Amino acid sequence: MESSLSSYESRVHSAFGGIRPDVSDPKVLAWLIRRNGLEMTHLSRGSHIGSIFSAAEIIAVLYTSVLRVDPENPAWPERDRMILSKGHAGSAVYSALAERGFFPVEELKTHYQDGSRLSGHVSHRGVPGVEVSTGSLGHGLAIGAGLALGAKMDGASWRTFVVLGDGECDEGEVWESALQAAQFGLDRLTAVVDYNHMQSLDFVDRTLRLEPFEAKWRDFGWNAMSCDGHDTEALKDAFAWARKNEGSGKPSVILAHTVKGKGVSFMENNILWHYRTPQGEEYEAALKELEAQRP
Amino acid sequence: MRDAFVRALLEEMERDSRVVLITGDLGFGVLRPVRERFPDRLINAGIAEQSMVGLAAGLAMTGRKVAVYSIGNFPTLRPLEQIRNDCAYHGLDVKIVCVGGGFVYGSLGMSHHATEDMAVMRAIPGITCFTPGDPAETEAVVPVMFDTPGTCYLRLGRGNEPHVHQERVENWTFPEAIRVREGKDIALLTAGGILIEAWRASCLLEEHGKNAAVWSFPCLKPIDENRIRQLAEEYTDLITVEEHTIEGGFGSAVCEIVAECGSGCRVHRMGLKDCFASKVGTQAYLRHWYGMDAEGIETRAEQILQGK
Repeated sequence: MESSLSSYESRVHSAFGGIRPDVSDPKVLAWLIRRNGLEMTHLSRGSHIGSIFSAAEIIAVLYTSVLRVDPENPAWPERDRMILSKGHAGSAVYSALAERGFFPVEELKTHYQDGSRLSGHVSHRGVPGVEVSTGSLGHGLAIGAGLALGAKMDGASWRTFVVLGDGECDEGEVWESALQAAQFGLDRLTAVVDYNHMQSLDFVDRTLRLEPFEAKWRDFGWNAMSCDGHDTEALKDAFAWARKNEGSGKPSVILAHTVKGKGVSFMENNILWHYRTPQGEEYEAALKELEAQRP
Repeated sequence: MRDAFVRALLEEMERDSRVVLITGDLGFGVLRPVRERFPDRLINAGIAEQSMVGLAAGLAMTGRKVAVYSIGNFPTLRPLEQIRNDCAYHGLDVKIVCVGGGFVYGSLGMSHHATEDMAVMRAIPGITCFTPGDPAETEAVVPVMFDTPGTCYLRLGRGNEPHVHQERVENWTFPEAIRVREGKDIALLTAGGILIEAWRASCLLEEHGKNAAVWSFPCLKPIDENRIRQLAEEYTDLITVEEHTIEGGFGSAVCEIVAECGSGCRVHRMGLKDCFASKVGTQAYLRHWYGMDAEGIETRAEQILQGK
C-alpha cells in the first residue's frame, strides 16, 4: 500500500528515496531515531532533543543487535527486558520500536499530543515493547535489578538492560541499586550510561563530578568499560564484552561516551538544546544536516 | 500484629511459591522463621528503601507477589515515589508492610512516628490499604491482601498487643467493617491498632450507662461505604479515632462518605491535629497525651452525648 506523501512516515523516510530503510542496520536505525526525534520534537514543540540524539546509537544497537525481542509478540516471556531509565529520551525508544514494527511509525506524530499514548517521558501503558514507565530519574536500575534477580531465581535465559543518563547518576537510588545488583551477583544485568557529559543546567564536571566514573562502578563491584557511544561497532563489542562477563558474578556497565545533540552542529554540546524545540530556520538547518548524514 | 502477620505470611509462602519477602534490614528476630523455612525467598535489600521498592517492582514483573517489610515511615514516605511510579502505576503485586503504625515506636522520636501514612498511601491511585485493628484482624486480612491484585499497603501495630477479638475473625469479607460491639447511643469508628482504645472507651461508657458501638475498619481503601452510609443514617454522631493525623486519613475518608449521603449525621474526628509529636513517651503515654486513649475517647463521647 502506497503511503500518502503527506504522511508522517513518508516524510521521515523520504531521504531514502522511496526505498524502505533497512532498520536492521544499526546505523540506519540510529539515523531514523534522530530523524524521528527531530520531527517529533518539532511537531510537539517538545524538549530533550539533545538527549535523544546522544542516545541514538545506544538505542539503535540495542534494538538491532542485542535485544531478543519480537515485535509480533511483545509480551513473549523469554524476551530480553530493556528499561530506559532516562525517560526523557523516550522519543528514541518510541522511534526504535515503531521502526522495528512494534507499532505504526505513523503514530509517532502523536507524541506529546492531546489524547496520545506516547507521553514525553516513556510510558508502558498501551505501548507495545515498553517494559517500564520512567521519567523521574534514578528508578530504572532498581527495577532492572529486580527483573534480573527474578530471572536468576527462575534460572531464565533472558537478560536485562538499563539505559541511564550521566546526570541521572546524581540520584542516590542509582548507587543503592548498584550495591544491590553487585551483592546479588546479577551478571545478566547490563547498564549503559549515555555519558554525554552534560546535564540539565551545565556540564557534569561543573555540577556533580562523576569521575573517576569507571572506577566508581568497579569499586561498587561491577565490571566496567568505556567506549565511543556513537560508534555502532564499538557498542556491539561492548555488549559482547558484557555478555562474556556472565558467570563473573558481577553486573556490567558500559560507559558510552557521547555528545549531547550529536548530529546537528549547533546542538552539539549546547545546553540550550536540552530544552529547546527545533522550529523555523533551526528546524530546516537541522534537517539539512541530518539529511547529509543519511547512511 | 507483627507476629500475626509473620504467621499469616508463612502460611501464604507455604501456599504460594510466588510469594517472596524483601526486608529493609529489619526484623532480626521476628523474621527468623521466614529465614529458616524459606531462605531463598527472603531478600535483605539493606538500608536502601528507594531501591528496595524498585527491586520489588522488578521482581513483581517476573510474576511474583512481593512483600516489602520495614518499620514506621521507612517503607512508605521514604520510597513514596517508587511506590507510586514503579509499583502502583504498573499495577504490580507489591505489598508494602509497615510495622509500627502510629506511636508504636513512640520513645524513638518523631522520625519513627507513622502518623501520616494512611493519608498519603490512600491518595495514590490503585493502592488497596489494609488497617487491621488487632492480631486476629491481621490474620484475617493478610490472605486477602495476597489475593488482591496490584499494590497494597498493610499498616500494622506492634508485637504482643492485646487481642480485641477473643477468637479468630472468620470469613471476613473484603472490604467490610467489623462490628466489635453493639451500642445505640453513639458509634466509635477506628482504623488500625487504636481499636483497643475505642473498645476500652466503650467499656468505660458502659459503666456510666452509655452504649457505644465500636466498628473496626480493617480496609481503609476501598472503604466500606455501605456501612458508613448505614451508620450515618442510624446515629446522629459518629466518632472516628485514628493514631494518625486527622488531615486526610481515616476520619477524612469517613467524612467524605457522610458528607455525600446527606443524613445530617455529625462526624467527630479524633487524632493528631496538624502536629508532630515531639513529646518523648511510650505509645501509651503519647496516646494519652494526645487524647486518643480510652479515657480521652470516653470524655469526648460524654461531651458529645451531653451536648445533645
